[in-house]
Amino acid sequence: MSGEPDYAARLRRRHRSEMRFRFYGLLSIALAGVILVVLIGSIVLKGYSAFWQTHVRLDFAISAEQVDIDNLRETNWGGLVKATLRDMAPGVTGRRDKRKLYQFVSPNAGYDLRDAIAADPGLLGTEFSLWVKASDDIDMLTKGHLDRTLPESDRRVSDLELGWYDRFVGEGRIELRFNLDFFTTADSREPEEAGIQGALMGSFLTLLVTLALSFPVGVMAAVYLEEFAPKNRWTDIIEANINNLAAVPSIVFGLLGLAVVISLFGVPRSAPLAGGIVLALMTLPTIIIASRAALKAVPPSIREAATGLGASPHQVVMHHVLPLAMPGILTGTIIGLAQALGESAPLLMIGMVAFIVDTPTGFTDPATVLPVQIYIWADSPERAFVEKTSAAIMVLLAFLACMNATAVWLRRKFERRW
Amino acid sequence: MVTNGQQDENPAHAAARVKMQAKKVAVFYGEAQALHDVDLDIREHTVTALIGPSGCGKSTFLRCLNRMNDVIDICRVEGRIMLDGEDINTPSLDTVHLRARVGMVFQKPNPFPKTIYDNVAYGPRIHGMTSGKSELDEVVETSLERAGLWKEVRDRLDEPGTGLSGGQQQRLCIARSIAVNPEVILMDEPCSALDPIATARIEELIDELRTNFTIVIVTHSMQQAARVSQRTGFFHLGELVEVGNTDQIFTNPDDQRTQDYITGRFG
Repeated sequence: MSGEPDYAARLRRRHRSEMRFRFYGLLSIALAGVILVVLIGSIVLKGYSAFWQTHVRLDFAISAEQVDIDNLRETNWGGLVKATLRDMAPGVTGRRDKRKLYQFVSPNAGYDLRDAIAADPGLLGTEFSLWVKASDDIDMLTKGHLDRTLPESDRRVSDLELGWYDRFVGEGRIELRFNLDFFTTADSREPEEAGIQGALMGSFLTLLVTLALSFPVGVMAAVYLEEFAPKNRWTDIIEANINNLAAVPSIVFGLLGLAVVISLFGVPRSAPLAGGIVLALMTLPTIIIASRAALKAVPPSIREAATGLGASPHQVVMHHVLPLAMPGILTGTIIGLAQALGESAPLLMIGMVAFIVDTPTGFTDPATVLPVQIYIWADSPERAFVEKTSAAIMVLLAFLACMNATAVWLRRKFERRW
Repeated sequence: MVTNGQQDENPAHAAARVKMQAKKVAVFYGEAQALHDVDLDIREHTVTALIGPSGCGKSTFLRCLNRMNDVIDICRVEGRIMLDGEDINTPSLDTVHLRARVGMVFQKPNPFPKTIYDNVAYGPRIHGMTSGKSELDEVVETSLERAGLWKEVRDRLDEPGTGLSGGQQQRLCIARSIAVNPEVILMDEPCSALDPIATARIEELIDELRTNFTIVIVTHSMQQAARVSQRTGFFHLGELVEVGNTDQIFTNPDDQRTQDYITGRFG
């Protein structure tokens, strides 16, 4: 006979095991939380500085004779910038030293000057100052990413440049300013000029193609399979293969895109159209599976009610089932698109990894997308691309968070009780 | 076995025309047979109650009457069901048309998650029964009035039908089905999800509707069958054991099983 103490001991053991179980659960969540914080934290810490850029104030005194106001392209703007730099640092004579001096500011400083004159020709003949971007090395110096205590031979910035830098800082010529250009320019070999607009636009166009292809096809497939298709071996096979398709590695879709979309159908390489088609293939199973689940969740009583009133199967679906399933379908679609937005592997296969300095304006322009841009920058040797990489990751994450928030919001807003 | 064709003592009932007629109806779900050779006449402007223990096939039979079983893949119906002398199972007969003539009210109130107005207007709209908004408004109003709901909802026709109470929802469903002006209304345990007061309202309503429609009601409650119906059929284990005038079934049934069921010995 099991006595009282035995039972009490067993009860205590049960409570202890319950406590342990809860503790493991808490531990897992804490671990996941710490990893997430470390990940996001390191990206933000590395990347936030990319939204600021070191600028140098240049003082100009340009006479009207130096510039052909009707033909601004003909003027040697770079030369004017160089002349100003020579004035700012007198006594630089050697060719090498001069080149170093010229490299103090971004090679695009001449265009900034041109744009300023074009915007206000009244500046000609007066003395005016203009803030232009410093080169990436100077930018890194300002942001504290270069170690001044290293011997000169190990540094990217020579003692001479450090001398200029310190003097300019003393003169108030160096300033960190918000880098709006990061959002309004495309990629560039010069880190200080590189922006993500090209990649953003590429992602947008690609996703537009993906949505336009995968949403109607996915929803129609789901509606047919769920509402109309007979349940037999064929539909079982189709269903199993849709699930298999969802598990196919994305790079395989890239190869398929290369072989079929580009080689067979002749869609231009690197184009959002090609990328969108490939990503649509990849997103389709997600949308079909989510849509079928949403359709299945519509209570049969609604179908019965409509059928009992004499609605045809088509009317039952279009008037009742599909509208009620739409929030779930949209949620699935957004999640599928978010997946597509973060996808890079299949796009590498179809040439969207190219270095493209123009923002794409159409579906057949060469383009790249955000995750691939991240890959390109992460692969670049310049120190300044490290922060650009993290900044691009932040932008990508922000978009993904927005899309997922929209999905949650849709689900909440249209959640119905039957 | 089947005691159809009873002598009807009430001349009013005897005079009623046969609206629907089931002849040797058998239903199979896959291999399993759910109904065996049911013969039943449904008389015009009469409430016919189908009673019996759970799983006896009464709902299955009801759903045969407007071919709602078509939606179930594995379901197979044999035998003939006539509506005004026309076989409803002939392939040439359109189910859409059939269900406009034979409406249905379900066990659980199932209004569409739309406005009260749209719920009632849906049937007339899909069948193109009205031309113009004012005519549709009129159909909605009369249907709600006939379902005894008009006074309660006249000021909130644009509110969702799902926001009504259970009893109101069920009356809305009745209004929805009479809006298409059917000849027969099938009711599958319409009060089983309702409280006694709402049930009483629906029962009153069924009695009023009898003047315009032919009604077949499946019910678990023998009291309800006794209250609302003129004719009662008793189902047991997939067979129609006995059918006759309600007062006769409840006071003097022919079959021992009916006797046992109505006296509460099983079921």
